[in-house]
Amino acid sequence: MAAIVTNAKLAHAAPRTAVRHSSAIVRWLLVLTAVAFLGLMLILPLVIVFYSALEKGWQTAWAALTHPDALAAIRLTALTVAIAVPVNVIFGIAAAWAITKFRVRCKSLLITLIDLPFSISPVIAGMIFVLLFGAQGLLGPWLSAHDIKIIFAWPGIALATMFVTLPFVARELIPLMQAQGCDDEEAAISLGANGWQTFFRVTLPNIKWGLAYGTILCTARALGEFGAVSVVSGHIRGETNTLPLHVEILYNEYQFAAAFSVAGLLVGIALLTIIGRSFIEWRMQKSLLRHANGGPTASSTLEQAGSE
Amino acid sequence: MGIEVANVTKQFGAFAALRDVSLRVKAGELIALLGPSGSGKTTLLRVIAGLEAPDSGSVLFEGEDATTRHVRDRRVGFVFQHYALFRHMTVFENVAFGLRVRPRRLRPTRADIRRRVMELLHLVQLEGFAKRYPSQLSGGQRQRVALARALAVEPKVLLLDEPFGALDAKVRQELRRWLRRLHEEIHVTSVFVTHDQDEALEVADRVVVMNTGQIEQIGTPEEVFRSPASAFVMNFLGTVNVFHRRVDSLTPGPDAIELQCPDELPAGSRPARIFVRPHHLEINAGPTGAPGLRGLVQYINAASPQVKVEVLSEFGEVLQIETSQDRYQELALQKGSEVFVTPKEMRVFFDDGHHGPSTPSTQLPDRMS
Amino acid sequence: MKLSRSGHRPVIPGFRIAMGFAVLYMSLLMLIPLSMLALRAGQSSWDELWATFTSARTLAAYRLSLGGALIAATVNTVFGLIIAWVLVRYRFPGRRLLDTLVDLPFALPTAVAGISLTAIYAPNGILGGLLEKGGIQAAYSPLGIVIAMTFVSLPFVIRTTQPVLQDIDQEIEEAAATLGASRWQAFRRVIFPSIMPAVIAGFAMAFARAVGEYGSVVFISGNMPGRTEIVPLLIVTRLEEYNYAGATSVALALLILSFVMLLVINLLQAWARRSAPV
Repeated sequence: MAAIVTNAKLAHAAPRTAVRHSSAIVRWLLVLTAVAFLGLMLILPLVIVFYSALEKGWQTAWAALTHPDALAAIRLTALTVAIAVPVNVIFGIAAAWAITKFRVRCKSLLITLIDLPFSISPVIAGMIFVLLFGAQGLLGPWLSAHDIKIIFAWPGIALATMFVTLPFVARELIPLMQAQGCDDEEAAISLGANGWQTFFRVTLPNIKWGLAYGTILCTARALGEFGAVSVVSGHIRGETNTLPLHVEILYNEYQFAAAFSVAGLLVGIALLTIIGRSFIEWRMQKSLLRHANGGPTASSTLEQAGSE
Repeated sequence: MGIEVANVTKQFGAFAALRDVSLRVKAGELIALLGPSGSGKTTLLRVIAGLEAPDSGSVLFEGEDATTRHVRDRRVGFVFQHYALFRHMTVFENVAFGLRVRPRRLRPTRADIRRRVMELLHLVQLEGFAKRYPSQLSGGQRQRVALARALAVEPKVLLLDEPFGALDAKVRQELRRWLRRLHEEIHVTSVFVTHDQDEALEVADRVVVMNTGQIEQIGTPEEVFRSPASAFVMNFLGTVNVFHRRVDSLTPGPDAIELQCPDELPAGSRPARIFVRPHHLEINAGPTGAPGLRGLVQYINAASPQVKVEVLSEFGEVLQIETSQDRYQELALQKGSEVFVTPKEMRVFFDDGHHGPSTPSTQLPDRMS
Repeated sequence: MKLSRSGHRPVIPGFRIAMGFAVLYMSLLMLIPLSMLALRAGQSSWDELWATFTSARTLAAYRLSLGGALIAATVNTVFGLIIAWVLVRYRFPGRRLLDTLVDLPFALPTAVAGISLTAIYAPNGILGGLLEKGGIQAAYSPLGIVIAMTFVSLPFVIRTTQPVLQDIDQEIEEAAATLGASRWQAFRRVIFPSIMPAVIAGFAMAFARAVGEYGSVVFISGNMPGRTEIVPLLIVTRLEEYNYAGATSVALALLILSFVMLLVINLLQAWARRSAPV
């Protein structure tokens, strides 16, 4: 019997009738096109960064990373991230909470406003702070009278970074919390939980992966922002240079190996970011699947999402 | 056009969806593939359509081997369970699709397409809906658009996957009768899949009952209902009472079967299941001399033409019985009444030989005292 | 959702504090600073603004930025469609890696992308050298700008199209096949119309991103006024000259364009959601 089946299989193996399959030539052509384009546009630049960084040897690369100016840039970048990310995480949660758990009148306007920094050129993002706090700006005279420096100092850099990274957490959380609805929170409150208990014990576990996802993207952008920061920084070596600005200066001074070494550090962080992103996506899918298979929270989640 | 399916086998990974299935559909026939989910009925339909390639076996259209023919060349009209209407096209464009994608030399003229589509929309009673989008239609209307679209290509076979599955009960009833009438009108060979026995028995010329990738029985609705070929078919087609007993006759008839559980098992008896439909159980106030069971009335629902009575038998079995309103009045049945139940008709299926004679069926209850 | 602000008090607490903080934060960080641009523009006369805006240098910068962004977004739409298709429909070794890598332009600092692309396409770089032999100058030319813009706007079309393509019901394609449609007809008439809104939304996002891009472009462009000077760079130049009026008039048009693009993208996304396949 087995032998007969095998023979029959062979007889019908050639023309597959399953509908979704394109011919092998088309398939390979498309895959090759995709791989070639991504290889050229994404992989080659990555390889070049590491290649150029190590062209002059490990010592040069290490020296570039441990140079006092580089260390100062790392410190300033870390400070910027440490300010911008937590603030925007809190903002993201607050905005998502207000928009999704209550009936808000101009909801879509709010969501659009939150997205605004995404579509504004980073240069304009920096420029508006110069217009506000710069020497010729609206508050410039008052600030200089009180000896407060915002532009060409770290507060300006932090502000510009906060501006460009504002949407990341909020826009991750809003659709997620929208889909989850308020049933869980209402249940918690009906069982006697107060607002903070409800948030930490019910809402937060539901949104943790989305929150992590938004935070990672926010951090990556805060680390790497160039245009906005460049406008407000003033490029003072060792003082107002973030890592990307430091890369620029080294590059413009023809210290290519050093520039690419610092760039290599940033590439490493970027790679970690996208790997983290993939991991979280995978976890989110898993928890969604688990919920779909009869988790009490998610059956309502899915229904609500479907009825949108 | 006649269809022949010969020894088709289809495996999905470790799951055998079809196991050596053979079936002959006569030209102009309306056939129902009936079975529970996972029985292989949809896979069989998709193999006929060419949406699924069988691992072995063949599909013949009009005696011609069509196994390797591409779905687009098979001239089958397929109505999908969830209709698969093209959302971005109007009803008109949906129905016209099959005509518009033909190669230029076979494509009808614009006017011809228009006339044909309007004819079909008339046939499915949706003339006024040509410019609507699928999202603006009710479930039943979408179903009819899907049907018109399938018919537009003048298929030689019409295949319908759970055609009424996604509709609510009342619309289902209407569409069933309508499909029956439509089939009488256009007389195209049709195969439809359903898990609803009423639907299969009411609409089809012949019913194919499937289970675990195999065909259990093929027959007219009456044949299948009256003389089920297997315990599965008996069980699947409507409510049935099952008695697990040992039967000692090879040709069991009503008289040869003892529903009482004898203390001593006669030599040569075999474990069997005895199936009795609820309306074949007769209720009497006392023993009638015919073989039967004693029991207590547990529950009565008289709010339908047939009174449904639940009786707890002396062996602890709960019997579903249907009796007429008249008989119910006559016996003055009440909860707790002692009654005597006699089967008028039954079918016996021997369990396959896995149970040894020393282990009577585990569900055999103890005698009540 | 079932809560209404008017009527009885909502059951869930925290509306005032959450909404209050969100609105205050957005106002202080975004709206007030952004209004500075309008305020600044108001200080100059309309004629002045118009004169700066229509100067040869500004117009050249706008032509370059808009043209470059249009080409970059188009290239990314064509390849993005192919890549999304390949990632969703085919299984091949390295697929997951490619899928992950697509996000790189979102995560990589633009300055890093800028110097890396410059190193590749400069006359002494590996591809720049090859192109040079063919008589094509890549870096320090409009072509280089297009390449950098293509890099930064690469993920958009892929990421908007992928989920829609994923959700297309297999039955839809099977229906097309049973009705006699060829593979190509099924794609062109059934699949493509379903994913088109998402593709266009991705195109608009890619365009918006490319127009405003600064970091990756400044390195590769060469920054020659009138020839390879993009709009954001012109703004920076004016700011460095402390010519705030000039910077404002250049920036104002870019900002208005951003608002328009935001509106368009929002409408497109609403459209994409509505016509997503069942």
